[in-house]
Amino acid sequence: MSGARHPAGTHRARDPGAQPERTRLAWRRTTLSFALVIVLAGRGLVVGEARGRAVGGVAVALMALLWVGVLALAHRRLRALTSPRPAAPDAATVLGAAGAVVVTALLAVVLVAVRG
Amino acid sequence: MVRRTVRAVRLWFSPERLRAEGTTPDYRFSLANERTFLAWLRTALALLAGGIAVDQFLTDMRWAVRTAIAVALLAGGALCAIRAVNHWVRSERAMRRGDDLPASRFPTLLALGTAATATLVLVAVVVGWAGT
Repeated sequence: MSGARHPAGTHRARDPGAQPERTRLAWRRTTLSFALVIVLAGRGLVVGEARGRAVGGVAVALMALLWVGVLALAHRRLRALTSPRPAAPDAATVLGAAGAVVVTALLAVVLVAVRG
Repeated sequence: MVRRTVRAVRLWFSPERLRAEGTTPDYRFSLANERTFLAWLRTALALLAGGIAVDQFLTDMRWAVRTAIAVALLAGGALCAIRAVNHWVRSERAMRRGDDLPASRFPTLLALGTAATATLVLVAVVVGWAGT
């Protein structure tokens, strides 16, 4: 990382590593992966037996709401990452995204239990 | 151990304390740390997908075995997400202080856990196959 030694605005105006863009794409991959988890969870409600469909439906709906929340966090972060020297994400963004995944795991346990 | 955990958790919730330490690192290092966090989050999501898939697709398996494997994978996913936050905070702090990045045995444990679960599923599928 020899570029780090150059002060801002000299002959290294553009980051050759395209770091902000790579970070934006990482956020997109993450929300996409999250969407796939919810689609898979929803599949269980449509295919197979009707047992536990009501509780399972609520669990999947809550997962979808969490996904929308993460999408909003990601959107905010994607906009912050358009600046040439973006700051690190705040704790709310990091905790929010990870918290949504943890709660989704708990909801998936409920889903697995009621579908038995 | 408990005190260390409490201190770590307090750090997750207080970015001001993180910012009070050391100097702001090159933004590219922070972004790399953020991408690592997101990669761990995707690992967590993959484990969730695995748990849900085990429950949905291994329907020939006995209920107890299938549910146990699914819940183990889901718990692993939750653990992975929590650990992602902890590792992000610790790396961010280490970069601010100019320390070495934190070493962790978590990847090894995750690999062993994944290998054990895969073996279990394989055995269960083969036994179920021979049984029919």
